[in-house]
Amino acid sequence: MATTAEGFDAHHDDHAAHDHHDHKPGFFARWFMSTNHKDIGTLYLIFAIFAGIIGGAISGLMRWELAEPGLQIMGQVVEFMGGAGTFDEQGHMWNVLITAHGLIMVFFMVMPAMIGGFGNWFVPLMIGAPDMAFPRMNNISFWLTVAGFISLMFSAFVPGGIGNGAGVGWTVYAPLSTTFSQGPAVDFAIFSLHLAGAGSILGATNFITTIFNMRAPGMTLHKMPLFVWSVLVTAFLLLLALPVLAAAITMLLTDRNFGTTFYDPAGGGDPILYQHLFWFFGHPEVYIMILPGFGMISQIVATFSRKPVFGYLGMAYAMVAIGVVGFIVWAHHMYTVGLDVNTKMYFTAATMVIAVPTGIKIFSWIATMWGGSIEFKSPMVWAMGFIFLFTVGGVTGVVLANGGVDDNLHDTYYVVAHFHYVLSLGAVTSIFAGWYYWFPKMSGRMHSEFLSHLHFWVFFIGVNLIFFPMHFLGLQGMARRYPDYTPAFTYWNEIATIGYIVMAASMVIFFVNMAYALIAGKKAEANYWGEGATTLEWSLSSPPPFHQFETLPVIEDHHSADDHISPAPARA
Amino acid sequence: MNFGDIARKRLQFLAILAAGLTFSAASVGALAQEAESVEAPVAAMVEGAAPDAAADQAATAAPAFEHFGPDMIKGQPIAAEDDMWASMGFQDQYSETGNYALWMHDAILMPIITVISLFVLGLLLWVIVRFNRRRNPVASKTSHNTFIEVIWTVIPVIILLVIAVPSIRLLAAQYESPPEDAITIKTNGYQWYWGYEYVDNGGFEVISNMMPEADAIAQGYPAQLEADRRMVVPVGVPIRIQTFGADVIHSFAVPSLWFKLDAVPGRINEKVLIVEEEGIYYGQCMELCGARHAYMPIALEARSLEDYNAWVLSQPGGVIAHAEAEVVPAAEVAEEPLPAAEAPAV
Repeated sequence: MATTAEGFDAHHDDHAAHDHHDHKPGFFARWFMSTNHKDIGTLYLIFAIFAGIIGGAISGLMRWELAEPGLQIMGQVVEFMGGAGTFDEQGHMWNVLITAHGLIMVFFMVMPAMIGGFGNWFVPLMIGAPDMAFPRMNNISFWLTVAGFISLMFSAFVPGGIGNGAGVGWTVYAPLSTTFSQGPAVDFAIFSLHLAGAGSILGATNFITTIFNMRAPGMTLHKMPLFVWSVLVTAFLLLLALPVLAAAITMLLTDRNFGTTFYDPAGGGDPILYQHLFWFFGHPEVYIMILPGFGMISQIVATFSRKPVFGYLGMAYAMVAIGVVGFIVWAHHMYTVGLDVNTKMYFTAATMVIAVPTGIKIFSWIATMWGGSIEFKSPMVWAMGFIFLFTVGGVTGVVLANGGVDDNLHDTYYVVAHFHYVLSLGAVTSIFAGWYYWFPKMSGRMHSEFLSHLHFWVFFIGVNLIFFPMHFLGLQGMARRYPDYTPAFTYWNEIATIGYIVMAASMVIFFVNMAYALIAGKKAEANYWGEGATTLEWSLSSPPPFHQFETLPVIEDHHSADDHISPAPARA
Repeated sequence: MNFGDIARKRLQFLAILAAGLTFSAASVGALAQEAESVEAPVAAMVEGAAPDAAADQAATAAPAFEHFGPDMIKGQPIAAEDDMWASMGFQDQYSETGNYALWMHDAILMPIITVISLFVLGLLLWVIVRFNRRRNPVASKTSHNTFIEVIWTVIPVIILLVIAVPSIRLLAAQYESPPEDAITIKTNGYQWYWGYEYVDNGGFEVISNMMPEADAIAQGYPAQLEADRRMVVPVGVPIRIQTFGADVIHSFAVPSLWFKLDAVPGRINEKVLIVEEEGIYYGQCMELCGARHAYMPIALEARSLEDYNAWVLSQPGGVIAHAEAEVVPAAEVAEEPLPAAEAPAV
């Protein structure tokens, strides 16, 4: 029987009996007091799926509401949540939903899946390390994220001004979030960001330490797989950006509760200060959400083309460049707040510069495929979908970068279309690519290739139907964060809502596929993708042993950096 | 091979390109600003209207004023059912900077981004067809080609420079200062309605709420866009729009005039607006401001200066701007006909 005491004994067992290194602790100790990077990665992935279902369901309510002009279902939603259903409460409920959707998808779905999930699982495996540098800190990172999520969910059930919940947008702009949202809901939402942020900062330090100190002998920085590079850059972005967010929202809390006036002009403060601080975090944040995806796509494209990544160093340093430049473009989110002309010109120019390293990545992926022997397994199909969708999202970013043009597009559906193309269609597509790439490695069971392809095509059609028409709505001037619209916008909104139904159907296929894999899936071999898969995780069984690399693999020296790495046979 | 060297070269290269792009953009911006003030496009536009209007202004004494009806609606979203193509692009523009921005989007940005997207799609399709396992069973081992890497770094930079030139010009044009005696209208954002304060016309404030949907539809106006009281502005002359947030941050946005400026508590933002044609232009609040964010439309009615003055006089406390011009001899009036004519000199 699983007991806590057994769990505590597990480590001693390891030391005592080396031949017994797959000994797992009991259930509670294994999953609630976990110090194993693979288990924590699994927890993060399960958590991200759970949060993704909630965030996705909320977007379903939003699309339902926007299916027709006029308020459709906000009244029922308010009543379901225990409110009276007045007109203002319905508008407030809408704001609560968009706030929750944004925060959940950013902090509790994409980040936990990419960094917590795939990062935890595969960074140690890929660099030949037995675990993360700080296994217990790894555990607290995860549980802080869970606590943050609970705090955010709780905020929906306490007063937040007109009705229950925090209706301030994921950006939490003052003074809407201070003087004009009375009640504890916004405090809980802010606290949720504190917790998730603290978890991410701890996670980032853990990744940086692990990657710098725990690489197997012979694995220099310039021999690391690109996914590890991407997580390293991401970890630095987290470490530098999140404290700024923490400071900004702490001042928000004190403005709300302790009479400070950091953002209140009545006391000499400035609401725009909050926006600068928020976006100083917020822009690196969008690269935090996409860089690990870049890393995964690089691994996948190389694997299924049976070719090393084209321009390995260019790829690695393009990510570094994106990370660095990402810190000096924040005010392009604020083109209409009343910036002066020189500021706006600078941010226009700096923002456009980011297109250059991004272009290098897109073309390098294509060059990797060029001359390759491409096999269209499910991860590769998702990766190619990613490259195209991310390109479309990227070019509309170039349009928005122009401060003068953005004057008409800021806070319209064009912006919504743009960031969903790079996130919902970019980051999420890369998560699915990574998922199909590594799921058998993590679970030991093969998924159905047919269902995975079907999932891709239905998802691809669905998300394009949702988000492509939003470009038109934005150009025509439909504002973001509106529960209702003038009848002229009906047609493209109907298309988007139909697209949501298609996308939701693709999620059903996904879950059927997973159920199939776990119940009846074939057992996965160590390297089920064959010749092209050359990073270290493929040298281990599927799933890998509970503790791997007790004898460190040695990376041979004569390989050139762009060659893939093969482990030396473990010493006896 | 020494990969550190390659990486360092790449980094230097990027840094130089980045610096180059930034500097050239900045200098172009400076040039553009100078050019704008010399070319004085604003002057050409207002000259025609100005003297007439001034003469009229002196002659009229508060004639009756009637608002435009639905036939004068110019700036509003177009339904896909009415015109599919028009519903997929920007609204028609009725300001000079708006037309320039529209040109920049339609003639420069859209072709470039469409070609890039199709180019990437084409390359993807080509590798799918040409380099699949069946047609190409043995993969090449190529993983470097300095020439091609330089090409795909330099060409995007050139494309960005092509975009940067009009982009910076547009910014410079948008930041033209209004002339000193431009008519000032202060738009105050409230939860959840707009107040238009006619600072130079006696300081009265027009409180503008959304017209109830049923009323709007009955009268032939678009639902949720029409207001019970419109913001009336003079056509063809520079207006100094000031925005201010009375409670939370709002944003004063009129898509068909390419105008959007946040209304922030504790500060007054200012931007010049010149409407080219008489008509009704709809806009909405575009910064999340609470429960009825979606229900505080902007209905802007641009009228001839004569009509504008008539409207002003019909408002409680309304006086005609720069009224002192009326009492001075006609000759002097001619010398200083309208604030607008001075715009370029500033």
